[in-house]
Amino acid sequence: MTRVLTVEGLTTSFPDGKDRLRVVDGVDLHLDTGETLALVGESGCGKSMTALSIMRLVPRPGRADARVARFESADGTKELLDLPVPAMRRVRGAGISMIFQEPMTSLNPVARVGRQVVEAIRLHEKVSAAGARDRTLELFRLAGIPDPAARFEAYPHQLSGGLKQRVMIAMALCTRPQVLIADEPTTALDVTIQAQILELLRDLQRELGTAILLITHDLGVVNELADRVAVMYGGRIVEQGGREDVLARPTHPYTEGLLRSMPARSQPGEPLPEIAGVVPPPHTWPPGCRFASRCPRVLDPCAGAPPDWVTVRPGHTVACLAVAQDRVAS
Amino acid sequence: MLAYVIRRLAYGALVVLGVLLFLFVLFFTVATPDDIARRALGDKATPEMIDTWKANHGYDRPLWPWQDPSDNLLVSHYTSLLGFDFGRSDVDDAPIGQRIREGMGPSLALTVPMFVIGLGLGLLLSLFVAFFRETYIDRAGVFLCVLGMSVSILLYIIGAQVLIAQLLRWYPISGFDPDPDVVARFLILPIVVGVVSSVGSDVRFYRTVFVEESSRDYVRTARAKGAGELRVMAQHVLRNGMIPILTRVVLAIPFLFTGSLLLESFFGIPGLGSITVDAIRGNDFATLRVMVYIGALLFVLGQVLTDVSYSLADPRVRLE
Repeated sequence: MTRVLTVEGLTTSFPDGKDRLRVVDGVDLHLDTGETLALVGESGCGKSMTALSIMRLVPRPGRADARVARFESADGTKELLDLPVPAMRRVRGAGISMIFQEPMTSLNPVARVGRQVVEAIRLHEKVSAAGARDRTLELFRLAGIPDPAARFEAYPHQLSGGLKQRVMIAMALCTRPQVLIADEPTTALDVTIQAQILELLRDLQRELGTAILLITHDLGVVNELADRVAVMYGGRIVEQGGREDVLARPTHPYTEGLLRSMPARSQPGEPLPEIAGVVPPPHTWPPGCRFASRCPRVLDPCAGAPPDWVTVRPGHTVACLAVAQDRVAS
Repeated sequence: MLAYVIRRLAYGALVVLGVLLFLFVLFFTVATPDDIARRALGDKATPEMIDTWKANHGYDRPLWPWQDPSDNLLVSHYTSLLGFDFGRSDVDDAPIGQRIREGMGPSLALTVPMFVIGLGLGLLLSLFVAFFRETYIDRAGVFLCVLGMSVSILLYIIGAQVLIAQLLRWYPISGFDPDPDVVARFLILPIVVGVVSSVGSDVRFYRTVFVEESSRDYVRTARAKGAGELRVMAQHVLRNGMIPILTRVVLAIPFLFTGSLLLESFFGIPGLGSITVDAIRGNDFATLRVMVYIGALLFVLGQVLTDVSYSLADPRVRLE
């Protein structure tokens, strides 16, 4: 396994009067070939912005900065945030592809879906129109789209949500990217379709060796697909580790609360446990731990400075002062 | 789609019949034939003169069918206009049909270039400022647009005539000559004024459409698959933006035939706009009836055209 994506100190900010509001604040993550890293968190925690920052698609006037945003592409190492625009364009859709939450609106409504995939192929490879068409039909088959030749000519509104997401996946994988960023790929779909799409992603990953950065708030999806999990809260990653470790032995108080509040894990007849309070908006974030105001284990210095990383077991790290004290004590 | 168009045209025919009824009430019962005659002949006209004038123009017949089923003004109002038999002017007895045929050429020579240049320039400028949305280029563009659309067209007309025609003497102040070698000299100034006066509001509208389209999910998808900004604009944003823009543009196409009231009368272009303005000034009710009728026909036509163009531009729209 080789490292394909390394991100260190990723910060995404939007102007807010004289200051800049950081919605992503110092995120570190990495991705190896063929593995799936799930980035988990509530709405507004910055997980989608993290994905858009890696793709350099943060909407204006937002800005992404990072100490390291390194991508090992087929033709050499690239610092994504330093690449000139045309070179970045060659990375998008070729080395790193992305699929989005809303298949309903993510395809151009006035263009035939086949053409949209053909466009994606021909943006990156010199192929004839007929060649690109054949490739598209092949990708449609691979993505489990029935009757590819007929679907090629369809407009997005003529396809179901699941089929549209399959078209998006075919489009994202048309150039065999090393990294696929899937931003809530199943959130807008029915439960049965969700399972099919997850299975498709798993099959394609096995076949193509693509590394997947899976962004989701659905811990069920994490359980299905992820090798490793990074839990995000308030613009920072608070816990990171293997799927089994994080889901079965959560260590950060936020992850613990999140897992406790899953309906599948609660007692029948009892009200669902919840994390007290609400997610604070970015401009009220304290300099220290963002979870301090809701944390059952909060200590005096928590809100003061960002907690250091504690390694609880190999490959499983947590940013929490309370956890650090436990370990000193034991 | 054909069935839809036929049905829409049938509805349109009803609208036109209604407009004709309204016209009749307005021009024959609110302003009676006596009023029309008195306006045409002046205050000193004797009752005999008025009767002769009415007889000459056919206004001496009874108004309603129940007064005389075989010969009355209402029926002849409908039959003559619907049969495109426009009769003669109330003022100078000239045949209105021929006058309109002659006026159409100069009107189209003015309005068609104005429309094409205005549309092209408007789309280009709006794509340009939308491309630079949220920057000072965009803000300066919007400021200029609002400034441009806030100034009355009369100021543009008079300003252009004084500055370019009178002081710089580049082009004639007004006039028209159908000779193809010189006709452009007379048309350039009104075309420029027409384009400048309308481009501000057009650009502002198109820009709003394009900026809104630029923030759509499918645009993000296009960027995510590696399309450059120019390609995103030309391939994705423009095509989707054309759908709302068509409503405004296609509805205007039929009215190219009726010319421009202000530009033609100020620049002395003998088109349908001038004819209409002259008819209003000269109390030429016969001509005005025809112009309103033509306007109604063109409006109905424009609406059907808009629906058809919708279905061509947007695969989600099906006319049934």
